[in-house]
Formats: sequence, structure tokens, C-alpha cells
Amino acid sequence: MEPLTNKKKVLIQKPLTFSERIYLPALTKGLSITISHFFKKEATIRYPEVQREMSINWRGMHSLKRDENGKERCTACGLCALSCPAEAITMIAAERKPEEKDLYREEKYASVYEINMLRCIFCGLCEEACPKEAIYLDGPIVPSDYLRKDFIYGKDKLVEQPLEKK
Amino acid sequence: MDISFVIEKFILVAIIFGISLVIAMYSTYAERKVAAFLQDRLGPDRAGPFGMLQPLADGLKMFMKEEIVPTNSNKMLFMVGPGLAMLTACIGTAVIPWGSDITIGDRVIALQVTDINVGLLYIFGVVSLGVYGVMIGGWASNNKYSLLSAIRAASQNISYEVSMGLSIIALLMVTNTMSLKEIVEQQHGWHWNVLYQPLGFLLFIICSFAETNRAPFDLPECETELIGGYHTEYSSMKLGFYLFAEYINMFVSATVMATLYFGGYNYPGMDWVLLHTGPVIGPLIGTAVLFAKIFAFIFFFMWVRWTIPRFRYDQLMHLGWKTLIPLAIANIVITGLVIAIVEKF
Repeated sequence: MEPLTNKKKVLIQKPLTFSERIYLPALTKGLSITISHFFKKEATIRYPEVQREMSINWRGMHSLKRDENGKERCTACGLCALSCPAEAITMIAAERKPEEKDLYREEKYASVYEINMLRCIFCGLCEEACPKEAIYLDGPIVPSDYLRKDFIYGKDKLVEQPLEKK
Repeated sequence: MDISFVIEKFILVAIIFGISLVIAMYSTYAERKVAAFLQDRLGPDRAGPFGMLQPLADGLKMFMKEEIVPTNSNKMLFMVGPGLAMLTACIGTAVIPWGSDITIGDRVIALQVTDINVGLLYIFGVVSLGVYGVMIGGWASNNKYSLLSAIRAASQNISYEVSMGLSIIALLMVTNTMSLKEIVEQQHGWHWNVLYQPLGFLLFIICSFAETNRAPFDLPECETELIGGYHTEYSSMKLGFYLFAEYINMFVSATVMATLYFGGYNYPGMDWVLLHTGPVIGPLIGTAVLFAKIFAFIFFFMWVRWTIPRFRYDQLMHLGWKTLIPLAIANIVITGLVIAIVEKF
């Protein structure tokens, strides 16, 4: 049959030369290659002790930010939940009471804010949607767990630690 | 026979036995480390500093595992197999001279359990007995893979023993003795047999790889074809014994090669060292040199294992019967001619 393309490649199996047949030159060549790797730096990272540096656009666990006075930024507008393609975010809004003025920046806040880490795809759209700069995906890798319910992270895990009082 | 002689030999036996077990134990660790380094990895480093306790952890694991004996196996032989493998691996070291004689006061202590005049034949016999452990284990398992593996091991060992024996004959023509002690003494300083028998050494080391079932000749445990090979059905410490025996065999082979071809405890400049260190420290330095050679050989075994892919079975047989045996015979002829010419002139 006529070849349809010009990609056909004819392989010719030449008989082995003497140096190939006695096998030893190839053997020493192989041995020298492996021994050169013996002295190379190993690629392994000793994981729990040494952590690999994350890339600058790494997106990890979410954190809900506070402003410079230590008040929570989130106003429960729901834009993050709306933008979330995986529907991982749910929240319940509440009105701020006068005595809670130091806790929340705006008059409306999220009394419940939950992210299902099993649903989350870490796309970062919530971060982009937020008008208040309240949510960032700047945390570590979400740790593993045994039960599905433990992957629904509430405000206790998401909100940044309060600023230190001076 | 006085009692101190018996005690002395008993201590020596205990020490050699202990050393060969410890070396076999740490060979498993060394193998994993060498493999890792050759592949740009780290290897085991969790158990203790640098993972030094890894062999202990592995041994403990082996003891803790459930012992399974297949229902249709030959129970008695199934038990005997690993024990035999271990036994034949351990008795090989009895005739190895570990160092020159130590003199304490007027007492001369030989660093050799026994210097029998057919030491070489003894080693040869014991090493070839090693395959019986594999054969019995493979047969008793009543498993096709195990049986195939046992058959492979047997035919491989028989094939390579022929050329190994022939390469030894050329060595015997040079040394004129079978006593390992005398062979080593003849290689005083740098007169190592490898310089007189380079081809013989090459044949011997190839055959050693085959006899110890190490890569590239590890066909009896060829995972891709035979699952685990002859120890497929084994579990717990019985499996451990098989794996262990393999490493002891490697140690014995390394020792035999160092003794026969690389001068044993001899090294260049040993007379000067002996003169300056006295009759106790001097021989012990020789022993240390012997062990350095042994470790170098063990490293070489591992290095080769992580370099060369496994031979196909027909290639193995081809190499054994059609290449090594003619070469070994040619080696004998050449050696004989050279000896005749040297004696004539």
C-alpha cells in the first residue's frame, strides 16, 4: 500500500557490534550514570518539618478579616455566596446592637458564616467579589478530617484572631 | 584439646555469627538508602537518627505479623524451608580467615573458626546448598508461582555454578591450594589474585550475582511474572528469614570475593603497619581492611541492582551456558599456558 503520509520511518535493526555484545561498556556507562546521581542533591522535602514554599498566587483556607481596630469587616452582603460556583458559602445576617460596636464595623454583620470545605474549589471568586475586603484565601492547606460535618467551617475557624490589646 | 581453645573458638563463632546477622540486618537499611540516593531520594529517615532504627522496626513488624500456613501446603517442608535457607547462609562464614593471627603473650589466636584444607570446596558446597531452602519453600507452598520460581532458582544456580567452579579452577592453578588461609597469605601486600586472574574475577562476580539471586539475575523473585516468587505464600518471620538469608548470602559472597581475589586482610604497606602497631592492633587493622572491602562489594551489589534491568530467562541461560562457560574454559587454558611458560623460562 502507498503510504498516506511522509511520516513513515523505516527501522533497520543492525546486528550488535562486538562492544555492544560483550555488554560491559554499556554496563560501566550505566553504572557511572547511577553513581553520578548518588552525589546529587535529593529532591525530597522532609514534609512536616520542612514545608514547600507556596506560589505567590496560592489560594488556601479562607480567613475573614478584621479592620485596623479589630472589628469584623464582613457585612453579610452575600456577594461571596452569590459568586461562589460551588455554592459552598452560607450566611445568616444580623443587626448590630449598640453594645457590639467594637466587634463589627458596619451595622449589619454575619451572625453565622459557614464554608463547606468539601464543596469549595478554591477558585478565589469570593475574594474577588467581596466589596469590603473581608475574605481572603491566604491560609494553609485545609487539614483532613474524619467526618463530613467537620468540614463545614464556621466563624470560629474562619475569623482572624482578634488584634492584641495594648 | 584444652578448654581455653574451645572457649576461644566459641567466642569467635558467636562474634562472627553476630556480625553477619547485624551486617545482614543493616544491609536491608543500606539497600534502601543506596537505592534512594541513586534515585535522588532520601530513603528511610524517620525511625531514629537517619532512620538507623529502621531494621529493628522492620524486624519487630515481621515478628508481629500473623503467621499463615496455606491449607494444602506440605506443612513440615513449609517450616523447614526458611530455616534451611538461613542455616546454609550462616555456616558459610566458618572457613573465612578474618585476620592474621593475634598474639597475646605466648598465645596465638587465629581469627578463623577452622582452617580446613578444602576450605574453598566447603564454601562452594555451602553456597550451592543455599538453593535448597528456596526449592523446598517453593515446593511446599503448593502454589504454581512458587513452584515456577523454585524451578527457576534451581536451574539458574546449577547453570551458574558450572562457570563459577571453572573460574575457581583457574584460581586454584595459580594458588595451588584450597585452604583459604593459605590463599590469603599468598596475596600478601598488594599481590592480589585479581591482578593475576582478572577474567576469572569477572566470571566469579557475575556468577555470584546469579548465585545470590540478586539483580540483574533475580528471576526467582521476579515480581512482574511470579508475584513474590518462592516466598509468595510466606508471611511473618518465615518471610523475614528468606529475605534475611538473601542478605546474609550477599555478605558471604562479598566476603568470599574479597578473600579470594582482593587479598582478604592484606593491604599495601601492611608490614610497616604491623611493625608499628604491635601483634594485637595490627591484625585487627587488617580485619578492618577486610570489612572495608566487604562493604565495598556489598555496595557494588546494590549499585548494580539499581542500574541494570533484570535479564529475561532465555538471556540468563544464554549468558550462563554459551558465554560464561566458554570464557571460563578459555581462562583455564590461558592460565595453564602462562604457568607452563613461566615455569619453563
